[in-house]
Amino acid sequence: MEFARQVWTIVWKDIIVEARSRQIVAPVLVFAVLVLVIFNFALSPTSSNIPQLAPGVLWVSFTFAGVLSVNRSFVLENENGSILGLMLSPVSREALFTGKMLSNLIFIGAVELVTVPVFSVLFNQELFPPMLLVVLFLATSGFSAVGSIFAALAINTRFREIMLPLLMFPVVVPVIISAVKATEIILTSSPAGDMIKWLEMLVAFDLIFFLIAAVAFEYVIEE
Amino acid sequence: MTTKHLEKINSLLLPVCFAGVLLVMYMALGWAPLETTEGHVQRIFYVHVPVSWSAFVAFFVVFVSSILFLIKRSEKWDWLAVSAAELGLLMTTLSLISGIIWGRPTWGVWWVWDPRLTSTLLMWMIYVAYLMVRAYSSEAGRGSRMAAVIGIIGFADVPVVYYSVVWWQNIHPQPLIRPGNLELTGSMALVLLTSTIVFTIFLFYLISRRFLLEKATSELAVMKRTLREEEQDARIAKIKIDRAENK
Repeated sequence: MEFARQVWTIVWKDIIVEARSRQIVAPVLVFAVLVLVIFNFALSPTSSNIPQLAPGVLWVSFTFAGVLSVNRSFVLENENGSILGLMLSPVSREALFTGKMLSNLIFIGAVELVTVPVFSVLFNQELFPPMLLVVLFLATSGFSAVGSIFAALAINTRFREIMLPLLMFPVVVPVIISAVKATEIILTSSPAGDMIKWLEMLVAFDLIFFLIAAVAFEYVIEE
Repeated sequence: MTTKHLEKINSLLLPVCFAGVLLVMYMALGWAPLETTEGHVQRIFYVHVPVSWSAFVAFFVVFVSSILFLIKRSEKWDWLAVSAAELGLLMTTLSLISGIIWGRPTWGVWWVWDPRLTSTLLMWMIYVAYLMVRAYSSEAGRGSRMAAVIGIIGFADVPVVYYSVVWWQNIHPQPLIRPGNLELTGSMALVLLTSTIVFTIFLFYLISRRFLLEKATSELAVMKRTLREEEQDARIAKIKIDRAENK
């Protein structure tokens, strides 16, 4: 219980900071929509091929937007030296990591929840297939777990904006593969049997990445 | 094991490696029988498999020494990790290039998004990032620690990537020729075995050379720092003396 309270305190702190500074969700959302616009011209989708192209377009947009969002969340801590405050606060490193991961999940999730209907309108799809919520939640959890540890790691380097995607994308590929496949099944209305397999894979990847990252986090932010 | 021992082993290993590479070249290019379906192209196999194996061994060394570095905090594990990572990256590069050269005449394509190829490519990228983090870290000590974390997560990630691509293919079979299994005759297997042993010894030779270089570099950096500090101290002392004299 104590653990949950500590995690929530960190998440709430991030939400308040974001509500007052508006540094993450709004610009990242605009960026995600811009990626959709670029894809429109890059792929010139028609109504017949859109269900095949859509999962890729959506997840490329989320991956790029997600990496910006995750980066911001730690650059902010670093710029103001508040990472030291976090480290000095009487919470375990695991709680700190979980809190950071959840606030990243919330911010990226918020971007995704707006991007999906915008995408559907722009490409004439069903507005928001309900099953997509499950895929978004599971995939973004895994993405945030990998993103949070590597963002904490990348703030220790010069050129951190470019180092973060270089570190993170190769590792997060399994999550992206499963997310794209599950989304494809939803958007093409294929039989749901295969989708369960992909969702199970996503759960497995989430657990693996969360556990490894939570343990490794201690070594990343120590001084 | 002291540096002296390591240097001694190294000087013994060098002629072994040299003779071994010559032997493997002879065996692979001259002695091994011609493969019936692929022809001479198949001989690249005697390099491709051993370098791929060496890459994996090297990254395993990175993984183990990264864990030991985080637990024991002794610099020597960090030196070993960076040495093995650089050579692992070299071996992975060779593996990818030899595979691509071999793939074109055999499968008719340079590249297939097959589990083995995809996970090798991503493994290559993870260790490029590993070396970049070391090079771009804001402080040297931090770089080692960050790299150790990547060395552990990266290695654990390779099988995960592999299986995710296996699944990706199972559900959507690709209309391409899959890398088939070669029918190995006894003498072919012998060449492969010899070549693998030689490459593994060569890998360890190179890792230990690189290790000694890293050790020397790091010791030199410490020496330079102490020298600079001593110089500075001397300068401050001189200024103090001058001031005292002026009074």
